[in-house]
Amino acid sequence: MPAPQRDIISQSGYRAGPDFFKILCQGAALVTVLLLGWIIYEIVESAWPSIQKFGLDFITTSAWVPNRERFGVLPFIVGTLASSLLAILFAFPLGVSIAIFLSENFLSPSIRQTMRFVVEMLAAIPSVVYGLWGIFVIIPIVKVFGDWAVASLGGFPLFSGPAYGNSLLTASVVLAIMILPTITAISRNALAAVPKTLREGAYALGATRWEAIFSVILPTAAPGIVAATILGLGRAMGETMAIAMLIGNSSRLSWSVLSPSGTLAGLLANQFGEAQGLQVNSLMYAALILIAITLFVNLIGEAVLRRTQKATAGIR
Amino acid sequence: MKLTPNLATILSVATTLACIATGQAQQISGAGATFPAPLYQRWGVEFNKVQPGIQVNYQSVGSGAGVKNFIQGVVDFGASDAAMSDEEIAKVPGGVVMIPATAGEIVFAYNLPGFPGIKLAREVMAGIYLGTVTKWNDPAIVKSNPDLKLPNLAIQVAYRSDGSGTTYVFTQHLSAISAKFDDEVGTDKSVTFPVGVGGKGNEGVTALVKQSVGTVGYVEYGYAKDNGLLMASLQNKSGNFVAPDIASARETLSNLKLPTNLRIWPVDPEGASDYPIVSFTWLLLYKKYPNAEKLKALKEFVNWSLADGQSFSESLGYVPLPAPVVEKAKAALSTIE
Repeated sequence: MPAPQRDIISQSGYRAGPDFFKILCQGAALVTVLLLGWIIYEIVESAWPSIQKFGLDFITTSAWVPNRERFGVLPFIVGTLASSLLAILFAFPLGVSIAIFLSENFLSPSIRQTMRFVVEMLAAIPSVVYGLWGIFVIIPIVKVFGDWAVASLGGFPLFSGPAYGNSLLTASVVLAIMILPTITAISRNALAAVPKTLREGAYALGATRWEAIFSVILPTAAPGIVAATILGLGRAMGETMAIAMLIGNSSRLSWSVLSPSGTLAGLLANQFGEAQGLQVNSLMYAALILIAITLFVNLIGEAVLRRTQKATAGIR
Repeated sequence: MKLTPNLATILSVATTLACIATGQAQQISGAGATFPAPLYQRWGVEFNKVQPGIQVNYQSVGSGAGVKNFIQGVVDFGASDAAMSDEEIAKVPGGVVMIPATAGEIVFAYNLPGFPGIKLAREVMAGIYLGTVTKWNDPAIVKSNPDLKLPNLAIQVAYRSDGSGTTYVFTQHLSAISAKFDDEVGTDKSVTFPVGVGGKGNEGVTALVKQSVGTVGYVEYGYAKDNGLLMASLQNKSGNFVAPDIASARETLSNLKLPTNLRIWPVDPEGASDYPIVSFTWLLLYKKYPNAEKLKALKEFVNWSLADGQSFSESLGYVPLPAPVVEKAKAALSTIE
C-alpha cells in the first residue's frame, strides 16, 4: 500500500538479481571442481587394492596377465605416448600448412571459407567411423607400405618385421587425421589474429611472402599454434574407440611402428566390461595414470605457451 | 487459480496412462552376455507377437556386468557365457537357477584362399597360439593335410582384445589339450597370448582374418559363416577331425551329462564325432520371485524360448539346444516360484 515499501521491494528485487546470478555462477564453478575431485577420489578408491599391491612396479613392468593377477602397464603407457607423438608428428606440419594456406589470401574468400568448413567437418565425424574407415582404407595401405619397409629398411629397428595391418603406424595415421581439425582451426585463428600492420610492415621492408610468413607471421602466432598442438595431443591421448579398432591391442613392447601396440584408453575400453576383482582395480589404476599423463602434458603445454608468449611479446 | 485444473488434468492423464501401461504390459528386464544378445533380442520381439502382454528387454552389457546386475537385483534375469561361480551364487540370498538357453560353437577361421577345410591336430591348435607353429607349411600341419600343397607363408594370429566368454571357452579347451598352453597362457576371459594381434569383438577378429592372407582367428561360428571365412576341421579327443557346423555341435551337446545345476563346460568332449569347442550360454534366474505376475510372465517367456524360440537359433548362427537339454532346462525352470 505505501509507496516507499514498494520501492524497497523493487530495489531489493533489482539487487537480488545479480546476486542470484553470482551465486549460480559460483555454484556452477564449484560443482565442476567438486566433480573432478569426486571422479579422482572414486578412481583412487577403486584403484587402491592394486596401488597397494603393485605400487610403482605397475608403471615399470610390462606383463598384463589378468588370469595370473599380474598387472603392469608399461607397454600401454609407451603405446599411448608413441601413438600420440607420432600423430602430432604427422598432423603438425600438415595442420599448420593448411592453417597458413587458409589465413593468407592465396584464394578467394569464398573458396577459403568452404575449405575451412571441410577441414572443420573432420571433427564432426564420429570416432567409430574413423575406426571403420581405418580398417577398410588405411590398413591395406599401411600393409603394403609395411611389407615394402620391412623388405628394404628392415634392418632399422623402427621398421623391423613382420609388418601388421593393425599397428602403431595405422593408429597414428588415423589419429593424425582426427586431430587435424583441432590443430588447423586453432592455428588458423591464431594466424588470422596477427595484426595487419605487422604483415604490411614486413612487406614494406621488402620481405617476400615466404619471408613474411616464416619470420613475422608464424613467430607472432606461435603461442596459438603451440596451444593448438597441445590440445591436439590431449585429444590424441584420450582417443579410445578408433584406436581400439586399429592398434592391434597388444601388450608386447616393440620398437617397430609396424607391430601391434596398445594404449591405456584402449585397454580400458577393451577389458572393463568383463573385468573382475583385482583386474577392475588395476584398470582403475591405469585410468589414474592416464589422467596423470594428460594433466602432465597440459601443464607442460601451459609452460611452453607462457614461454613462447613471453618470447613473442616484443613483436606484438 | 488458472494452473490448478491444468495440473489436475495432467496428473489424471498420467495416472491413467500409468494404469494402462501396468495393466497391459508386463515388463521383464534382463542384462548380460553380448554373445547371445542378437538371439535374445529377437526372442523378445517374436515372443511379444505371441504374447502381446509381455515385453522383454534385454541389454547386452557383457557377462561380467550381467552377473553383477543380477546379484544386485536390478534386473529380472541375467545372462552369462560363464554361468555363475559358486561364490557368486552364494551372494544371491534366495538362490539361483541357471538355464542353458542356447549354445555356441567356436571355430578356427583362417584366410588361405584355395585351401578349404584344413585339418588342425590338437598340438597344432595350441602351437599356433603359443607362437611355436609359425608357418602354414609347418611339418605338423602338413602331416595332417598330406593332400594339400601348403604355402611357405607366415601364420598371423588374431585374438579377442576385449574380455569375452569366447576367449574363456577357447582358452579353456587349449589349456585342456596342452599342458604348455595351460602353463604359459591359461584360461580366462582375457588372457595374454605370446603372439598375434587383438581385435575388439567377434567382428574385430573377423575383420583381422579377412584383411590379410595367412591369418587365423577364433570366432563364433555365426560370424565365420556370415563372412564366408574358411574354417578348420579340428581334431577331437578321439583323434578324429571334425568340421564345424551346427550338426556336429549338437552332437557334442547331446552327448553331455548335465549336472543338476546345469552348469557344464564340454572342455574336451570325448565322442568320436564331437566338435571339440562348444559351450552353452546361460540365463540366470532367481529361485524366488516375490511378484507372482512377473514370475508367470518370465516362466512363459523362458518356456517359449526353450521350445519355439530355438527355431530362430540356427539362422542367427547359434546351436539349437538338443532335446535332452531342453527337457532338463524346463524341469529346472519349473522349480522357480
